[in-house]
Parts: sequence; structure tokens; C-alpha cells
Amino acid sequence: MNITQILFWFLSVLAIVGAAGVVGSKNPVYSVLWLIVVFFAISGHYILMNAQFLAIVNIIVYAGAIMVLFLFVIMLMNLNADAEPAKNMNLKMAGTIAGMCLMLVFVAALSRSDEMNRVSQMNGGDIGLIGYLGKVLFNDYVIPFEISSVLFLSAMVGAVVIGKKE
Amino acid sequence: MEIKWYIFLSLALFCIGIVGVLTRRNAIIIFMCIELMLNSVNLLLVAFSKMHLSGVAAQFPTLASDAQIFVFFIMVVAAAEVSVGLAIIIMMYRNTHSVDINFLNRLKN
Repeated sequence: MNITQILFWFLSVLAIVGAAGVVGSKNPVYSVLWLIVVFFAISGHYILMNAQFLAIVNIIVYAGAIMVLFLFVIMLMNLNADAEPAKNMNLKMAGTIAGMCLMLVFVAALSRSDEMNRVSQMNGGDIGLIGYLGKVLFNDYVIPFEISSVLFLSAMVGAVVIGKKE
Repeated sequence: MEIKWYIFLSLALFCIGIVGVLTRRNAIIIFMCIELMLNSVNLLLVAFSKMHLSGVAAQFPTLASDAQIFVFFIMVVAAAEVSVGLAIIIMMYRNTHSVDINFLNRLKN
């Protein structure tokens, strides 16, 4: 077991523990903090696969911007830990069992495939570097890039219009 | 690593997100679980892009980087979606003084 595999398993366990913490926390603030842990673990996976641009974008956009937005909204609402009323236990069990069944079906359907043993290259490969991706983005994907700027503008206007007081 | 470990990890994260959407009633936590599912899909796309680097795709040089560009656009759309969704949650909180999604049952009639 070399250092890359040890890091892979460490980050995987961290991501799954963090995801369980997001679902299991009573207080929404703790959920946000666990979700930041998950995002950092996923960024670590990107770095292991040498996708450096996506790792940095993941940290800046998700852990930086989106999570601050969530924390700001939670702070604005002043939610307490007991804001969520105790839910029907049967429904909770049913939801958990349904999710586990979905995972069972996926694993059973995929685990027999021949493709499953192909190796994902961990170190090396320059397709994740920002110079390469920037060339592809501004040569082949200029029009989607510009359209996404229009999307951002409309999302900004929409958020202001929806959130404005009457 | 073999691709199967990435697939299993992404499946675990995705199913935990689904369990969160099904069991929680706080609208903000449901929204966070949706973000979790989006991120598991992003992780799987990046793993696939590194897998196809050496095989058939070697003669199509942009094939592997397309997946990473696609992940970038998913992040862009997710950021726009979060801003509008949180605005909707704030409007709902202002009208009902709660973020419990069961209050939205009143949209039925």
C-alpha cells in the first residue's frame, strides 16, 4: 500500500463520515460545517487525480462562496436546534431503508461489469492543469462560457427580485 | 486506483444525500443534501476522465478534458441554483416563519 492509496482511503472515509454528519446533525450550522469537510475531502480527491484546477475551483466556489451563503441564510433566520419538530420515526426508517435499497441496487448492477477493474490514473497527466483546461475552455467552449455569464446575471436578478420585500 | 472504488464512493455519497432528502424536513438541510449529490457526480466525472486517458481516447486529445470542463459548468450552474434557491427559502421563511417543508402542503389547494 503506497502513500497514494493511503490518502485515497483516508479521504474516502473522511467524505463518508462528513456526509453522514450532514444528514445526522440536528443543528443546521453543524450540517454546514460537516459539508465543508466533505468538500475539502473531495478537493483532496481531485488533487490526487491531478485535477488541480477543479480542486481550487471546488474550494473557492463551494467551500468559500456557497457555504458562506448557507451560513448567512441560517444566521439571518436565527434557527434554533429545536426548530425541527420530532418526526415520525416510521417515516425516517422508511427513508433510510429506501436509500440503502437504492445503493444495493446500484452496487449489484455495477459490480459484475468488466469495466470496473480499469485503472484511473492517479498521478501525472496534464489534462487537469489550468493552462490546458483554459485553452480548451476558450477555444471549444466559448459560447457555453458566455451563456453561463448570462445565466449568472439572470440568477442574480432573480435572487434580488425574489428576496426583495414587497 | 481501480475505477470501482471511485464508483462505490460516489454511490455512497449520492445515497447518503438521497437519505437526507427523504428523512429531513428542514429545507436548508435538504438543499445541502442536493449539493452533496451534485458533488458526488462531479467526483465520478473526474474519475472517469482520468480513466479514459490511456485507452481508446488517446487519439482524441480533447475527450478527457471535456469531462473536466463539464464539471466546471456543473459548478457554475450549481452556484446560480443556490442563490435562487436560498432566496426562495428566505421568502418562504418570511411568509410562514418556519423552514419546515411540510408547510408547503398548503400549496396543494
